[in-house]
Amino acid sequence: MAITFQPSAYSGLVDQDNGMVSREIFVNADIYAEEQERIFTRAWLFVGHESQVAKPGDFFVSSMGEESVILCRDRQGEIHVFLNSCMHRGMKVCRYDEGNTPIFTCPYHGWSFATDGALVGVPFYKDAYHEELDKSQWSLIRVPKMVNYKGGIWATWDPNAPDFLDYIGGFKTYLDILFDGWDGSEGGTEIIGGIEKWMVPSNWKFPAENFIGDRYHNISHRSVDLVGIGPSGQGRRDNSEREGAKSLDVSFPERGHGTVMFLRPEHAQPVPSYQNDPIVADYFYQCEIARKERQGQLWRILAGPGTIFPNMSFLPRQPRSIAVWHPRGPDQTEVWRWFLVDRSAPPEVKEFLRQYYIRYSGPAGLTEQDDMENWNYAHSASRGAMARRHHYNYQMGMGYAVTDFEDGGLKLDGTVLDTTKARAGEQNQRGFYSRWREFMAARDWDELATWRNGNGSAC
Amino acid sequence: MVVANDPLAMLLLKQDVEAFLYHEANLLDDRRYEDWLDLLTDDVRYWVPMRRNVKFGELEREFTREGQDINWFDEGKDTLTRRVNQILTGVHWAEEPLSRISHLVTNVEIVGVTPSASDAEEVALRCRFIIYRNRVATETDILVGRREDTLRRGDGGWRIAQRQVFLDQNVLLAKNLTFFF
Repeated sequence: MAITFQPSAYSGLVDQDNGMVSREIFVNADIYAEEQERIFTRAWLFVGHESQVAKPGDFFVSSMGEESVILCRDRQGEIHVFLNSCMHRGMKVCRYDEGNTPIFTCPYHGWSFATDGALVGVPFYKDAYHEELDKSQWSLIRVPKMVNYKGGIWATWDPNAPDFLDYIGGFKTYLDILFDGWDGSEGGTEIIGGIEKWMVPSNWKFPAENFIGDRYHNISHRSVDLVGIGPSGQGRRDNSEREGAKSLDVSFPERGHGTVMFLRPEHAQPVPSYQNDPIVADYFYQCEIARKERQGQLWRILAGPGTIFPNMSFLPRQPRSIAVWHPRGPDQTEVWRWFLVDRSAPPEVKEFLRQYYIRYSGPAGLTEQDDMENWNYAHSASRGAMARRHHYNYQMGMGYAVTDFEDGGLKLDGTVLDTTKARAGEQNQRGFYSRWREFMAARDWDELATWRNGNGSAC
Repeated sequence: MVVANDPLAMLLLKQDVEAFLYHEANLLDDRRYEDWLDLLTDDVRYWVPMRRNVKFGELEREFTREGQDINWFDEGKDTLTRRVNQILTGVHWAEEPLSRISHLVTNVEIVGVTPSASDAEEVALRCRFIIYRNRVATETDILVGRREDTLRRGDGGWRIAQRQVFLDQNVLLAKNLTFFF
């Protein structure tokens, strides 16, 4: 592998002081190859949801970076994640998307692996291997660290990575909104069947930075706003709850995560929403009251899109969903999309949301169709020799963020940019790329866990 | 294939239905989207499932379920009309400039007729399609699959009451689905 860029070179590619990022990091094949080593084998990655492997023997084939992995619940009920590659000659041991199985048998030479990844069957074990092969050493490669956080299954290949909650830090507040029930009940969500998977001809970082908080691209969605698909019949979304709210961009640059949100006024009360359907409207109204009761001040947060570094993005409000941007070469991204609903919601609510999710999201979604067009042609128009000489501009709102945000008694962690008047800012993107640079340059997690030394870099 | 006790009526019906399908394809390819909407009944169901790799013997789980799972499309006329209106805004960037599209419809078979071929009010048919989409400069998608339609006789001719589209892809290779099947 040709390594064109020494670690020190990355500071020139991501110029934090001037708010600029080189196009090379999106289009250069050598940098892409380095990302696979330095980011995707070290970061925590989203693998799937526990409701996808509810019963013993259930499996869901997922992806960590470029590589296929199997998420599986073993016969004892324990969840595992292992590399989908036979230890003998590398064949994919499972080429199904999901299902239930007592065993994974490699179709090439017949090695078979139990649902916990252990090698249990080797053809000609007695005659050809003379019973000398130590099967315990040839289990499928298991991830050294895995966590089930409120139903979301995450894993990392780096045994020295910090624990997941340390990796997430103060961003936990926003991840909780995604996975908790709408009434605030812990982990009260489940996946609707059917994971969207499709290819986008763009580098994986384009969608990741779009979801981390690009409020600036409203013009992209002008057409859907004109025709209206929202749950109250107009626009893209239901905005009645935003009355009087502040618009805040929240970044955790030392970790790379970020989100945008609206913060309701201190004494705000739940307001009716989803008024196309009385059952749905009543459900959300009751949930809002229950959540306000549970969460107090935190209830004021109306969470928007966000990204957990590097490639897991989400929408905690409707269309409530998770997107993972799997890298497939510098110029291709395979998008996987999971959709969440409250497990205990009435069938009418689940059905209402299912229909809204479909018409909003993914390749057929009236909103997101236009996003793919942007990522496609922004990427392809950045590949040329001339284009590469010129950095992208990320200067919006530089120098206006605070690290001690407080409003009506609610203090927020992270670096907060108030975009109520500005309407947009790019501090979240700057935070994402400064973390990207650290990942590309750092030797190990001792260097990457900057917050342990109080060295979190602001931007 | 329906066992027809009136082969001539069946032949004429097939000719009639095929002419309708080609007319419909032409409306889409000629970008006459509003005229195309007029060919759909008010209660039309339009369903395009996603498709999984599943074990032999579990093929009933191959497709995501209509009305229950996430599907590429699972909707009626209201949403389809909004899709047309979105293209007609002129600022739907995924279709601006408009794509060049050809629908090739083939392997047409009538699989059910009500009440009979000679005075058919409703026809169930199966066909194959190739959709070729080319847009901007070199961007090209080719989507191939099976379609199952229910046509109902309305004022002025056939109307589409149900369309089910089974794509021959697992990971969708097109970046978006801004067109109709």
